[in-house]
Amino acid sequence: MSYIDGYDIVIGLEIHAELKTKTKVFCSCKNEFGAQPNTNTCPVCTGMPGALPILNKRAVELAIKAGLSFGCDISRYSVFERKNYFYPDLSKAYQISQLVYPLCVGGKVELDSGKTIRLNRIHLEEDAGKLTHISKAVGTLVDYNRGGTPLIEMVTEPDFSSAEEVVEFLKKVRENLVFENIANCYMEEGGMRCDVNLSLKKKGTSELGIRTEMKNLNSFKSVQRAIEYEAKRQAEVLSGGGVVIQETRKWNDDKGKSTSMRTKEQAQDYRYFPDPDILALNISDEDIERVKDEMVMLPAKRREVYQEEYGLPLYDAQILTSSKYISDYFEKCVSLLNLPKKISNWIMVDLLKLIKEQEDILFPISEKALTDIIKMVEDKLINKTVGIKLMEKTIESGEEPLKLAKEMNLLVTISDEQIIELLKKLKGENEKVASDYKVEPARVEGFIVGYVMKNTGGKANAGKVKELIKSVFDN
Amino acid sequence: MEFEKLSLIELCDGIKSQKYTSKEVVEYFVKRCEEKKDLKAVIEVFNDAIYCAEEIDEKIKRGEKVGVLAGVPIAIKDNILYNGKKMGCASKFMQDFVAPYSSTVVEKLLKEGAVIIGRTNMDEFAMGGSCENTCYGSCHNAIDFDCVAGGSSGGSAVAVAAGLVPCAIGTDTGGSIRQPASFNGVVGIKSTYGRVSRYGIVAFASSLDQACPITKTIDDCELVLSVIEGRDIHDGTTISGTMKEDYKPKDKRLTLGICKQIIEKLSEIEGAKEGYRKYKLAVEKLKDTFDIVEVDIPHITSSLACYYIIAPAEATSNLARFDGVKYTRRAEGTKDLESVYVQSRSEGFGREVQRRIVLGNFVLSSGYFDAYYNKAKKVQRLLRREFKKAFESCDALIMPTTIGTAFKIGEKLDDPISMYMEDLFTVPANIAGIPAISIPYAKGENGLPLGMQFMADERGEEVLFEVGKKFQETLGGKLL
Repeated sequence: MSYIDGYDIVIGLEIHAELKTKTKVFCSCKNEFGAQPNTNTCPVCTGMPGALPILNKRAVELAIKAGLSFGCDISRYSVFERKNYFYPDLSKAYQISQLVYPLCVGGKVELDSGKTIRLNRIHLEEDAGKLTHISKAVGTLVDYNRGGTPLIEMVTEPDFSSAEEVVEFLKKVRENLVFENIANCYMEEGGMRCDVNLSLKKKGTSELGIRTEMKNLNSFKSVQRAIEYEAKRQAEVLSGGGVVIQETRKWNDDKGKSTSMRTKEQAQDYRYFPDPDILALNISDEDIERVKDEMVMLPAKRREVYQEEYGLPLYDAQILTSSKYISDYFEKCVSLLNLPKKISNWIMVDLLKLIKEQEDILFPISEKALTDIIKMVEDKLINKTVGIKLMEKTIESGEEPLKLAKEMNLLVTISDEQIIELLKKLKGENEKVASDYKVEPARVEGFIVGYVMKNTGGKANAGKVKELIKSVFDN
Repeated sequence: MEFEKLSLIELCDGIKSQKYTSKEVVEYFVKRCEEKKDLKAVIEVFNDAIYCAEEIDEKIKRGEKVGVLAGVPIAIKDNILYNGKKMGCASKFMQDFVAPYSSTVVEKLLKEGAVIIGRTNMDEFAMGGSCENTCYGSCHNAIDFDCVAGGSSGGSAVAVAAGLVPCAIGTDTGGSIRQPASFNGVVGIKSTYGRVSRYGIVAFASSLDQACPITKTIDDCELVLSVIEGRDIHDGTTISGTMKEDYKPKDKRLTLGICKQIIEKLSEIEGAKEGYRKYKLAVEKLKDTFDIVEVDIPHITSSLACYYIIAPAEATSNLARFDGVKYTRRAEGTKDLESVYVQSRSEGFGREVQRRIVLGNFVLSSGYFDAYYNKAKKVQRLLRREFKKAFESCDALIMPTTIGTAFKIGEKLDDPISMYMEDLFTVPANIAGIPAISIPYAKGENGLPLGMQFMADERGEEVLFEVGKKFQETLGGKLL
């Protein structure tokens, strides 16, 4: 990265993720994306006079769950505060958030390189509504559907030194949140957003430079590009003898550059104070245990198990943990049939191929049916090609594979005796084969199997045939 | 029949026993509201009140079960939401607002059969102690037209005192029920914080606000409060249980505490001479009925300073939603978003409201937050401990509600500090979160009433009712 020669990049993040609750964080309106404007609203989330917030317990549990999944300390005492500022998308003219006593403190995420990114905190807050600017004549419309949906804000320490680290971190964060069913993190819907704080530091010094903040980056690509752009911009300012201005910048993804939104002098004083409408939260050990009970094994841990206990390659482990659904499916299969590598192959090669295009993966075949088919193949009752056909038929009909296989007459019905008969016949008819076998069995094995297959209409099990060749041709 | 001479309970009984109908009663009071329009106490009579009364009468005629307040008219302060009815907080900023839902208090009153007859005048957004900061015009004292009603629930107190309604709901953040009750010679209570749901009541200072009844008698007060009290799923700060459940009767004589610091203050203040004399007279008479002890609450006089930090801080934030964007009047000729906010709020809010918004923003702003807001919260915690300790040696505290009788309209308008001093004796109960009641007991030389205030430990409303009734018995129904 030549453009910042002589400087180290220092980055810290603030990440917002929308929690997967049924209702909003302070009222009982539905928490859903894409409804008609202002239909999921009530006096509370539209900020009507006299309306009061009631804290959604589930949102607190999910925030605690997020904290636990990143190894945070869960605060036993937590306070909601009002962040006061005027904007039309903020119905009460304050956002209920947390400042002095957040729900989760500390925590960390480990990158593949072994580097640790420290979290400062995770807190719970409400989202604002959405403005749509129509035109100068019509004006701006406000939709409060999103107002009051629960968010967690994760704040990291300034531990990143490249865009790549940031993107890897974000992917890991998303993986945890999705795996634990805490958030969907659909970035295109704003389900996960990221603010980047960036400064440059002269190589070899410890003094931090002046930082800028870039707001609401909502794709990995824009995060990457915005960081690269900003690092370069600051490097140019500093190299030219200038001073970086502490400011908030807005990234424009189309133009590939950021522009100043407001400087430090224009920064608002949010006049935070404890929200008198919401009593301070006292979180007990039992509350935390209850959340722990519903937690699953996280992907990183699962990958470890898949590699070490099941002997799978890293590549398999990664694909199988790409979603909690696939991972759970795989584990259920293994519990039914202890052939992890075979199952992994079936899922990764044959099953995933069928449903490649779908967003939310749901395998159209039960774990039991799949492992039944795998078992038939392994028991040499059918060959792999027939097995795949049987899988497709099972998906199509919804019938049990064994029943289907019988109906379709797929199962190998050639008996050992019949095979031996054929082998004896060949031995008697073709002396060359018999003598060649004595010298170099491997060379003629294929020919012999082919002969049996041809004479059984392909229904003989090749493995079985190979076993039986010995008994006939060896004496 | 002169219904205004009857108590709320007497009216309830009369309607239920079909001595007269709810319609007759409501029509009578509607007419009185019309006749006494000049007082500017009731600023709107709801046009469906008589219809609601007829409905109750029908039910009674059919022998159906009706609530404990069946058919009696009750007025609500102009900051309490009643679905479909206008609500303006006495602010010109809010004159187009129609409530889109009902407050829990209104729901509970309706459930018990009360007829919500109209809304009462107040100081704008409940800020003030005279009911002069109002877009409807100053409310007049029920006894002396030239004097103030007190505030902020002045309209509610005058409406009851002048016999326009048997009961009106007010709100009390620093004395806004008790002070006007004292000025007009009626009973007013401020309950334990969290006893009554604040849902659907325009917030002034959320951690201090309580909505409560103003009535002619203590029994009426007790009945109405028992209807509107209780835990509410819409208000996370409400407390569970009821006043009755919290009451533990005592076998021995009750003990009243005289707060040393209040007495010192009383003897210092120039305008409190008459009040102090009457107070001593009353305490003297009470010695036969109660044990009387002196208690120490060292920081009680700091309550007012705490109050004028905490209340404006919360108010600033609570009033920010009135921004000209949604339901408040938007100024004309604005050029951008900022000017919508600035012009609308500058035109919409009155002087006193603006003064407190500025004050609140100041104490919350970075650099001053610890010195003011956090310090005030610390003093509040200290004060709560001191009150707790005081209630170890007495069942209730006895002190005047106000420094003196109602002052003249206009007298203190340009003197906000003197106006703020009006809250001196009432504010401690809000800061401590404890219940307090004002009961008329004396008459000044000017013929205006004075109230005596009792405070009890939190959840001690029933103690106040018991003490209050014994107090009235002791005085033998006469004003000192």
